[in-house]
Amino acid sequence: MSEVLLQAAGLRLAFGGVRAADGIDLAVMGGEFLAIIGPNGAGKTTFINMTTGYLRPQSGEITYEGRRITGMAPRAIVKLGIARSFQLPQLFLEHTVEQNLALAVASREGIWSPLAPLRRPRYREEAHDLLERFGLAAIAGTRADALNEGARKLADIAMAVALRPRLLLMDEPTSGVAASEKMAVVETLARVLREAKVTAVFVEHDMDVVERFADRVAVWSQGRIAALGPPQEVLADPAVQRDVIGIERHPATPEAPHA
Amino acid sequence: MRKIEPILAVLLAAAMIAAAIAAPWLRFVLTIALAKGIAVLGIMLLLRAGQVSFGHALYVAFGAYVVAFLAPRLNDAVLLLAAAAVGAGLLGLLIGLFVARYRQIFFGMLNLAMCMVFYSLLEKLYHITRGSDGIRVEVMPVAGQALDRVAYEWAIFGIALALALGLGILLRLYLSSPMGEALAGIKTRETRLEFMGVPARGVLLSAYVISAVVGGIGGALIAMTSRHVTPLLSYWTASGELVFIAILGGAGGVLGPFLGAAAYELIRVYAAASFADAWQMILGAALLLVILFAPGGLWGMAGRLAGGRGR
Ligand SMILES: Nc1ncnc2c1ncn2[C@@H]1O[C@H](COP(=O)(O)OP(=O)(O)OP(=O)(O)O)[C@@H](O)[C@H]1O
Ligand SMILES: [Mg+2]
Repeated sequence: MSEVLLQAAGLRLAFGGVRAADGIDLAVMGGEFLAIIGPNGAGKTTFINMTTGYLRPQSGEITYEGRRITGMAPRAIVKLGIARSFQLPQLFLEHTVEQNLALAVASREGIWSPLAPLRRPRYREEAHDLLERFGLAAIAGTRADALNEGARKLADIAMAVALRPRLLLMDEPTSGVAASEKMAVVETLARVLREAKVTAVFVEHDMDVVERFADRVAVWSQGRIAALGPPQEVLADPAVQRDVIGIERHPATPEAPHA
Repeated sequence: MRKIEPILAVLLAAAMIAAAIAAPWLRFVLTIALAKGIAVLGIMLLLRAGQVSFGHALYVAFGAYVVAFLAPRLNDAVLLLAAAAVGAGLLGLLIGLFVARYRQIFFGMLNLAMCMVFYSLLEKLYHITRGSDGIRVEVMPVAGQALDRVAYEWAIFGIALALALGLGILLRLYLSSPMGEALAGIKTRETRLEFMGVPARGVLLSAYVISAVVGGIGGALIAMTSRHVTPLLSYWTASGELVFIAILGGAGGVLGPFLGAAAYELIRVYAAASFADAWQMILGAALLLVILFAPGGLWGMAGRLAGGRGR
């Protein structure tokens, strides 16, 4: 957790009158797990959308490994080592889970290569490997549109991990995962990410998860960062408890844009 | 299902050869069916991406007119086929750069518009295209061999069959490659592709160019078989016919287009002979039955008979 991996400076983006980002300054350190919390509509997903190139900030700069990435296309940003998962899982619905993963692996290696068809067994092997690590091996052959919400969520994250990013942005990785399995799932996820030395930023509504897994937590409020620091400190702050945690138990608004 | 595909392909090819030997007029019908099946491979490819082109008769007509125009100078079926494939591919690239930006109804209608533009050019530029009279295509040498009419017809039938098999195998490989899977991904989650570093538009464009190439090849074979090209090849009903065959045959595998094309041409010929004006109604009823009772098309039906799952 030494150097700055991603730096956002003065990000602003308004939709009509709604200020989804109203001066976001944030440095993500290499190796850390940074949680983002905040009420519905605070602009958490918007931050991920700007960082991954889906939305372009109206002003401000994003640098990654010292390189300016503001306004670059999503697929160019992915190639630099930033991957994401989605609040609403984005799977290829007519493909099986394994095919979804194998396609992610293939994309990382370049699907245009004339050798890509020959490498398919290797892609499949790697996909299987990932599925085992995520505890999803049993549903490898299931079509994505037949999965339950929790499995869909995990498969979505696994696809992002398959790209071997240095920085992974996860939008509510545990929403939809059954409460009884939640901790085990996050445990697995954290282990996989640590093994792969991935820096993670994750939006989270469950304070137990935040407390247990985040190195730092950033509190989003109306397009701004209201507080930032170690979870014990930030979550103990009365203002945060009142403004965020008190009204935190809402389900996510489904109408928010999710790429 | 995938396992029975090669066996079924060989059986179908054998049945076609037997039928062509049994009756010369069937040889003609089946050559046309093979040519259309080749063109419909392109429709099937785009269907994989969830896109329906209502204008692919453009490439069929283009391939046919390449043959008609170049035959006096480049008088060999093999060279003309190559020229039609390359020409249609280049045209497909040009148009694809534009239409691959669009999806769904816009994609379908823009293709239709392009096709109609080409149709009216063929109609209006009389001094070049001879308008609706069309252009005759003479019997030509094949791979340097001058042939009489019957030998020539056999040669074109053989080439069509060989191309159908060859292109079918190639496209089958393509569809099961990561590129083919990404193409199918466009149908359900295009944005995810971008977030995996894959340019979705590029994937669709490459499929589009391939669809144009096979369209051009199909058109060239049609010109060589019917030996007469007219602007009707590019009329919107001809585009609709390709989609019709694709749905009838089923988009689940590369055999679908050929099953569909063979069924289509045979129904058409038999129905036209037996019921004169009612053949369109009979074709329509056939399609209706397929859509209602076998959404996977004839190919899906064949799969169910063989005990496998459709697709
Ligand atoms: N593409 C868009 N067009 C219009 N408004 C948008 C768009 N994206 C976000 N917004 C608005 O910006 C605000 C912030 O949205 P965002 O999705 O970033 O919130 P969030 O913190 O992720 O909320 P949630 O917890 O519900 O997911 C909301 O008011 C949302 O309606
Ligand atoms: Mg959100």
